[in-house]
Amino acid sequence: MIGLALRIVLFLGALAVAAFVPTWVDPFRAYEFGYVGIYFIAILGLNILTGYTGQISLAQGAFMAIGGYTSAILMVDHGVKDVWTLPVAGVVAGAGGLMFGIPALRLRGPYLALATFAVAVALPSVLRYDQLDGVTHGGAGIQLFGVPELTASITPLEVFGHELQFEEWIYYVSWTAAAVLFVVAWLLLRGRQGRAFRAVRDSEVAAAASGVHPASYKTLAFGISAFYAGVAGDLYALATTFVNPETYPVALSLALVVGVVASGLGSLWGVLAGAFLVEYLPTIAGHVSKEPGVPSVVYGAILIALMLALPGGFVGALRLLGRPLTSRRFSRS
Amino acid sequence: MRDFFQHVVIGLSNGGIYASLALALVLIYRATRVINFAQGEMAMFTTFIAWSLLDRGLPYWGAFFATLAIAFGAGVALERIVIRPVERAPALIAVMVTIGLLIALNGAAFWIWGGEPKSFPSAFSTRTVDVGGVVFSIQDAGTIGVTIGAVALLWAFFRYTKLGLALRAAAVNPEESRLVGVRVGWMLALGWGLAAVLGAVSGMLIAPALFLDPNMMRPVLLYAFAAAVLGGLDSPVGAVVGALVLGLGLELLTAYVDALAELQLPIAFAIILAVLLVRPAGLLGRPAVSRV
Repeated sequence: MIGLALRIVLFLGALAVAAFVPTWVDPFRAYEFGYVGIYFIAILGLNILTGYTGQISLAQGAFMAIGGYTSAILMVDHGVKDVWTLPVAGVVAGAGGLMFGIPALRLRGPYLALATFAVAVALPSVLRYDQLDGVTHGGAGIQLFGVPELTASITPLEVFGHELQFEEWIYYVSWTAAAVLFVVAWLLLRGRQGRAFRAVRDSEVAAAASGVHPASYKTLAFGISAFYAGVAGDLYALATTFVNPETYPVALSLALVVGVVASGLGSLWGVLAGAFLVEYLPTIAGHVSKEPGVPSVVYGAILIALMLALPGGFVGALRLLGRPLTSRRFSRS
Repeated sequence: MRDFFQHVVIGLSNGGIYASLALALVLIYRATRVINFAQGEMAMFTTFIAWSLLDRGLPYWGAFFATLAIAFGAGVALERIVIRPVERAPALIAVMVTIGLLIALNGAAFWIWGGEPKSFPSAFSTRTVDVGGVVFSIQDAGTIGVTIGAVALLWAFFRYTKLGLALRAAAVNPEESRLVGVRVGWMLALGWGLAAVLGAVSGMLIAPALFLDPNMMRPVLLYAFAAAVLGGLDSPVGAVVGALVLGLGLELLTAYVDALAELQLPIAFAIILAVLLVRPAGLLGRPAVSRV
């Protein structure tokens, strides 16, 4: 067990190092790291839902879409500066998550996965729906590049006499948000609250018997997870400089699930590893073979391998979800 | 009125395609309590195999049945290799494995055949016939026919053969089936094989209408999920009824309510959510009872 003081020192040290990364690498690399920060936020949120509360969601990309669209609409139609859209995007997506979390209370395990999968598959046709063109801008989507509300997209940003390119700006804004949200998650999940979330995951009956209301915590986890997704989706829209119905595909939601499974349970380095995996796996797979589809094959293989070969990690945590241990030994489930 | 009956035929034809896939989902769910997210991609993949066989010059029905055989073998192999190790684990783990399969099969199809949509021939001509004033295409009627045939064969297999009985027994009560000599593990693999065959049927039936590409089955899978949930995930009859109701309902809704024409997928989502909330067992399923 590492002491609290040491943890804080490590965290601040990591922050200090992170602050200088863009001065060491070229802007394009910094931009890629910015995406890592975005995936970090999305996976962190998913981890609260899946890792801590034991609910599977295949809709994290869909909640990102809600955040991204909120941001783009605020910037283009209402002239809100990009950074101020971040909390709004989080709250809007979080509200969506809470609204989905309430009916999801009645769905367990596979059913929940099914319902969230349906959300991810169905959302693009809602975004494309012509009756909503006035809000979502339909199939064409919303272009953000060159919009004055998007920082540093036309002229570099001046900070303390130092010129910040758009790519570097994306890095800083992503990782600032990631650091803040990481601290929030840490505060939220330590102590009483965190134990309550884990109790709900391990046994709802036991949790209820100990005075933890499973329904509230499960709904709350959905809301928090969606809030994180909303912020991540907002940043994703800024980095990509446009949103359209295809910006947040089902494949993104699935990649995030692979990321959260790969990151294991709730550790900082785990989530970081998951985020790097989601950003760099397509690139690395591209070195091996340029054919399309190769990254997906690797993603799928990693997910299956983790499920089959690492029963102690992620699987161990989920084990208690399905059935009590004792009955597993004697029956086939 | 004539229009109405045409839409009914088209709706039933779509429903028939959803029925094969929904039935495949139900087969696997009954046997292993796993919702197979890879079912759509398995169907897509086998349809690509059929396309390759046709491309090599095989006649349509030769390629059709060869594909069914390959699908069966592949389904059995998948169960043996990736599902069996997680058979005793909670259903959630197995669900994750099927999601991994979904991603991997989709990628593999892109890798092997590329993302360019391919046209897939239909066994039936698209010529229309006029029966008592109702004009419909032979293709729609053929699709309905093939579905009815597949469902009837499957029903007869489960109802009248010893192997079918063993399969049902293994799904309902694995322990006691094992005691009377049923090889439960192989029965589950057989279930996966049959599900893969049904998926291949649905893929080959829908490919002429949608064009063949690696993402072809995503929406179809969602409709099949909706159909299976509507009918009850553990009820084969329910899956077929649910699929026909869904196919008919979606076709009529989009034909007569303009505002809903583009919202078929969200409607399917709404159906899934509504059924799971109001009556999780579906129309014909048995309510689940759990002991704590």
